[in-house]
Amino acid sequence: MRLRKRARPREVVTQSTLENAFDRRTFVIGTAMGGLGVLLAARMGYIAIAENEKYELESESNRVNLSLIPPRRGWILDRNGAPLASNEADFRVDLIPERLTDPERQVDVLGDLLGLDEIRKVDLLDEIAKGTSYQPIEVASGLEFEQFAAVSLRLPDLPGVIPQRGFSRYYPTGASVGHLIGYVGIANAEEYEQERNPLLITPGYKIGKDGLEKEFEQVIRGEPGARRVEVTASGRIVRDLETRPDVQGNPLRTTIDGPLQDYAARRIGLESGSVVVMDCETGDLLCMASMPSFDPNSFSAGIGSLEYSMLRENDRVPLRNKVLKGLYPPGSTVKPMHSLAFLKAGVDPNETISCSGGRRIGNRFFNCWSNHGSVDMAKSIYQSCDSYYYHFAQKIGFDKVAQMARDFGLGQEYDLPVASQFYGTVPDPAWKLKKYERKWEPFDTVNSSIGQGYYLTSPLQLAVMSTRLATGNMVMPRMLMSSKTPTFKSEGFSAEDMAYVRQAMSDVVNGPGTAGRARLPLDDVKMAGKTGTAQVVSLSVSDGRSGPWKYRDHGLFVFFAPFDKPKYAGAVVIEHGGGSGAAYPIARDVMTFLFDPAKGMDALRGYEKQWGGTAQQRLERNYAAYTQAAGETVRPIPERNENITDRVDAEARAAAAQQEAIAEEVRASRPAEGRSGSPPPSPAAGVP
Amino acid sequence: MSSIIPAPIARQPWGMLIPLLVLTGFGGLVLFSAAGGSLQPFALSHWIRFGVFLVMASVLAMFPRDLARFAAYPVYGIILLLLLAVEVMGTLGGGSQRWLELGFMRLQPSELMKPAIVLVLAHFYASLPTGMINGWRALLPACGLVAAPMALVLMQPDLGTSLAIAFGAGVVMFLAGLPLKWFIGGGAVAAAAIPLAYFFGLKPYQQQRVTTFLDPESDPLGTGYHITQSKIAIGSGGLFGKGFNEGSQSHLNYLPEPHTDFVFATMAEEWGLMGGIFVLAAFGAILGWGLKVARNAEDRFDRLLAAGMTATIFFYVSINLLMVMGLAPVVGIPLPFMSHGGSSMMTNMICIGSLLMVHRWNRKKRGSGLSD
Repeated sequence: MRLRKRARPREVVTQSTLENAFDRRTFVIGTAMGGLGVLLAARMGYIAIAENEKYELESESNRVNLSLIPPRRGWILDRNGAPLASNEADFRVDLIPERLTDPERQVDVLGDLLGLDEIRKVDLLDEIAKGTSYQPIEVASGLEFEQFAAVSLRLPDLPGVIPQRGFSRYYPTGASVGHLIGYVGIANAEEYEQERNPLLITPGYKIGKDGLEKEFEQVIRGEPGARRVEVTASGRIVRDLETRPDVQGNPLRTTIDGPLQDYAARRIGLESGSVVVMDCETGDLLCMASMPSFDPNSFSAGIGSLEYSMLRENDRVPLRNKVLKGLYPPGSTVKPMHSLAFLKAGVDPNETISCSGGRRIGNRFFNCWSNHGSVDMAKSIYQSCDSYYYHFAQKIGFDKVAQMARDFGLGQEYDLPVASQFYGTVPDPAWKLKKYERKWEPFDTVNSSIGQGYYLTSPLQLAVMSTRLATGNMVMPRMLMSSKTPTFKSEGFSAEDMAYVRQAMSDVVNGPGTAGRARLPLDDVKMAGKTGTAQVVSLSVSDGRSGPWKYRDHGLFVFFAPFDKPKYAGAVVIEHGGGSGAAYPIARDVMTFLFDPAKGMDALRGYEKQWGGTAQQRLERNYAAYTQAAGETVRPIPERNENITDRVDAEARAAAAQQEAIAEEVRASRPAEGRSGSPPPSPAAGVP
Repeated sequence: MSSIIPAPIARQPWGMLIPLLVLTGFGGLVLFSAAGGSLQPFALSHWIRFGVFLVMASVLAMFPRDLARFAAYPVYGIILLLLLAVEVMGTLGGGSQRWLELGFMRLQPSELMKPAIVLVLAHFYASLPTGMINGWRALLPACGLVAAPMALVLMQPDLGTSLAIAFGAGVVMFLAGLPLKWFIGGGAVAAAAIPLAYFFGLKPYQQQRVTTFLDPESDPLGTGYHITQSKIAIGSGGLFGKGFNEGSQSHLNYLPEPHTDFVFATMAEEWGLMGGIFVLAAFGAILGWGLKVARNAEDRFDRLLAAGMTATIFFYVSINLLMVMGLAPVVGIPLPFMSHGGSSMMTNMICIGSLLMVHRWNRKKRGSGLSD
């Protein structure tokens, strides 16, 4: 066209040239239109045919929404197959913060429908403000069907609120298994970052937060089910397409004896402490009770700020698992084990020393807590004479004693499925030099020889020591049930030596020893044991028996029974119990319960009447009182990004460090009458 | 054969009317589905409106050429005043506004301007002495006639409609025989001006539409959402579609505006490529007929008027289809005879009416020349 134009540059425009131009140009326009039509048809064909598969998929992923059904967790069973943790059918309501349109109004409406109190509402708003927006928050669970239905009816009015039927975790023995089993909770941002599993942010799904629930999360989690639904662009569900049911997680069979665990936890009563019982043949941990505790049921339901602050403020640290993370000087409980060290070093058990209310070591005189006169090995055990240990530890050197302590499980970590265990300290010259860059002094030997000074042990370690004393074998503790009986290496002592020490330990209870009151009320079973009293502050601060709770001595007791054919062994540690007199009656009742449950229960019922109910009942009552006292003042919710029990770890270490503060002191045993370790005037009279 | 079918019926341009009726009927079916399988609120009013405007178009077709030419400037002037009124009321009312509330309907003067600019330019060039077509007097007055309404519509702001006005006017000027080099030069200037217009002339939301068009995946949940969802709807339809009333994209609200701008996507999802080809063919028949009317006309005014009206309908169709297939930015232009909406239906039926009018003039002249 341009060529033609150029060919006739000065053309005179006439009617007919214009008509020609019109015809040419309409033809051009018509062609352009047709061309565009073909282009559009081709484009549509490309989208609809060539890319059909891709867009069909996208259309399906628009239309169909896959939502996960939280799997039912596997049960956690005790050694006999009874559930320590099970699931209960549950109606629940969750909310997703980012979908809320008006949180305050919606929480108010929910509060009315579900009967939430003001404290809970404030808690909820706080969580909504703090939480990550995609993370579901539990409003309430364990609802009545009527409440559930009421919320479901109001749904159009409550975007972001999700009522659902599900299962919630149920711990039949509540506080008794709190530390052992742990609890479950909604996954926090950190946990989600780690695992990136969409299940973790599925409303209604909770992961194990502590204890066995956490350690065996992958085992007991199960396979989530899935529900395919057709949804509109705004997320409204149009209809169900198909549903795949969940697969329940595997059950976890522990070595714990459920009733024994519960009994021991309740028997601790108003005290703060732990009870560990092991099976001598297999190393099975039958009971790992730590009290006071928390109720994992209320933790799993999402603990309120008030309940949490009540637990946090309690100076008996209900949030710390004392079995694994309580560290205490073992005190005199190590004496039988130290005696074995002396035997191994060639000390004749019949060799006597004279205790004159103490003994001179080097150029200093160290007190014993009493004047024992002439003392041989057996008497040093059942009368708990300090002088004997000062003397022979100094004589053979503490390195050998420390090695024996390690052989008996002190200062060790065990291969157990727990988040953390403290391994404590078995002091020796090399250790002291490395840690404090100071030389080992005779007084270190003196302090350590009676389980004081830098010595720190956990109740679990003491129980292992006790089991090894009972069997003469290096028994390893285990928490998971297994059909095969493990074989253990021998400690390398002759049956004669072991029998000698066991007899002496039996005399502690059944003979002229320090724990006559620990005798079992059974005709055919005799328990052997060893008392211990651990000083926590220097003599100038407290006499260890009275005054502020924090300054009282720890009471310890290690034991096994029957003494001549040991089947069970264990340890009881009562924090600030004022001496071993707080510990061995508990050991006595726990062992009684093992051999004769009815008799054991009778004893416990008597105590619980005095104490005002079971541990669970007292916990609930305390909470009610605490709520009332707190009134309207509501404290902020704990930061849920960290696990609640992590918080007390630091304090646990601090508590252990406190012990070191007095380790340097020259140990002057208190001239103590009435102390738990004191020799009773007559074996049966016991200690007040 | 002519004895069986009465002459008044036989002489109607069925080659255009049948595709138009079928297309509008089909549009109603798609709207029926877009409403979730219901005549209300879209399909029924679509058909009723079409009926009303078809009567209006028939009346328009009766107008003599003299009346049409006589009315060109007054009609253009009145609509320009209405545009100005909209602008003034918008300013007084404190917000942009595109329509005048007349009580019984909302009148959108910018829509009326699309056929009006064609009418007034056809009249202008028909009146222009033949020898002046190469001179500035052929260009400047016409540019003034186009620039005034374009500026007013841009101020609303309504980019799509102002481009539609420019396109209709441009086609009339092109066909009127203005020198080709002007169009080439104008095209070059426009190409240079596009970046400037983008950065200084467009509102942020219009800029965003352009960037989204260039890369829809850049903002899949924001403005790119429209294009993405539209392509999903068309693409998932395949060859034969998902079936009437079975479109999940439209029924579950993933497709935005399934009854207006994206009605083609709604259709394509349920009727597939076959439905799309049918729609394209129907438009091809209507537009082809329009061009044929223009080429058959002997009077210069008739030719320009018919071609300009055809171009106006074509502009709607092409921009809308380019948009829903992801080849043009989202500009908010409905698809003639299928989208739900009174204003566009009115404009397009005015165009159809005008074409029928020219068709009648052609037939009359030929008739008088041959049989009388």
